[in-house]
Amino acid sequence: MNYYVKLFLIFLKVGSFTIGGGYAMIPVIQREVVSNNKLIDSDEFLDIIAVSQSLPGAIAVNSAIFIGYKLAGLLGSIVTLLGIIIPSLVVIITVAVFYNEIKEQRAVQAFFQGVRPAIVALIAATAFKLASSIPKKYINLLLIISSFISISLFDIHPIIVIIACALIGLIFNREENSSELS
Amino acid sequence: MNYLNLFFVFFRIGAFTFGGGYAMLPLIEREIVFVYQWLTQEEFIDIFAISQMSPGPIAINAATFVGYRFSGILGALFATFGVVLPSFFLVTNLAKVIQRNKNSLYLKGIFAGIRPAVIGLISAACLSMFRISVVDYKGVIIAILIFSIFVRTKIHPIILILSSGLLGIVIYL
Repeated sequence: MNYYVKLFLIFLKVGSFTIGGGYAMIPVIQREVVSNNKLIDSDEFLDIIAVSQSLPGAIAVNSAIFIGYKLAGLLGSIVTLLGIIIPSLVVIITVAVFYNEIKEQRAVQAFFQGVRPAIVALIAATAFKLASSIPKKYINLLLIISSFISISLFDIHPIIVIIACALIGLIFNREENSSELS
Repeated sequence: MNYLNLFFVFFRIGAFTFGGGYAMLPLIEREIVFVYQWLTQEEFIDIFAISQMSPGPIAINAATFVGYRFSGILGALFATFGVVLPSFFLVTNLAKVIQRNKNSLYLKGIFAGIRPAVIGLISAACLSMFRISVVDYKGVIIAILIFSIFVRTKIHPIILILSSGLLGIVIYL
């Protein structure tokens, strides 16, 4: 199959199952792009999430564009962008037309009531899988815990946490490299 | 003229909101409800409900819905492309810079620090989603069930999402 068609179909799937915010796309991208097709590795995927979170715009959209560009250049990013927005366009226009009928459907509500806890579980499990690619060092464990606490407990903006950890990484890596040299 | 207007309002929203789709909602409310009065407050609140029962990033859902209500399918397209175009320019250019400097020690250091932070970030997002999404003990059971199946088997997440929806119909209806 044509590579662009393959990328488009992968992101069409991702867009169709991103339910309840940008992070919901993480399990599906991880399975489709990282573990099944091995197009990028776990480390690169974490980098892409960090960059996507740090730029303006929706995280799912930014990640799709980034992965498309990385794998197949400008045309690749157009293809993955279209893949991720087409399900929204189709579903939202349908919902906008039949909104009042759909709103009253108890089955639709019950369906999503079941889906929401599952999405949370899938994201948590994927976070574990992605964490296994990070080198097992105390400094990394400390960074994971402290960034979790600063966001959840102290309500610090994720971008600030990312910038702070980038600086810490810059300083520590430099020390490691200079000690290797001497 | 109206389409261009719609395009530029969403272009601005896409270019200046950091932190994902949820962060866009207050800005969309200000522009669409208060400044341009394309939607009423009630219609705007419906966007939340609609986004929760539709797939896709919230930013895209909101732009499509507002555009469609304002001027049909063409409106939906203009608003949606407006909101994603800033991302497109920014991400492709930054990706280019990152790929060119792949071997830079500085960049390697930066990402070595950022990767653990992203795990913390995802876990924090998970916790806040848990508070909203898991409202009763049945939700807890679904979450534990899906977590254990996903960790132990190779079943595709999409299959698990659809099954949990069917399970929802069985236990909540």
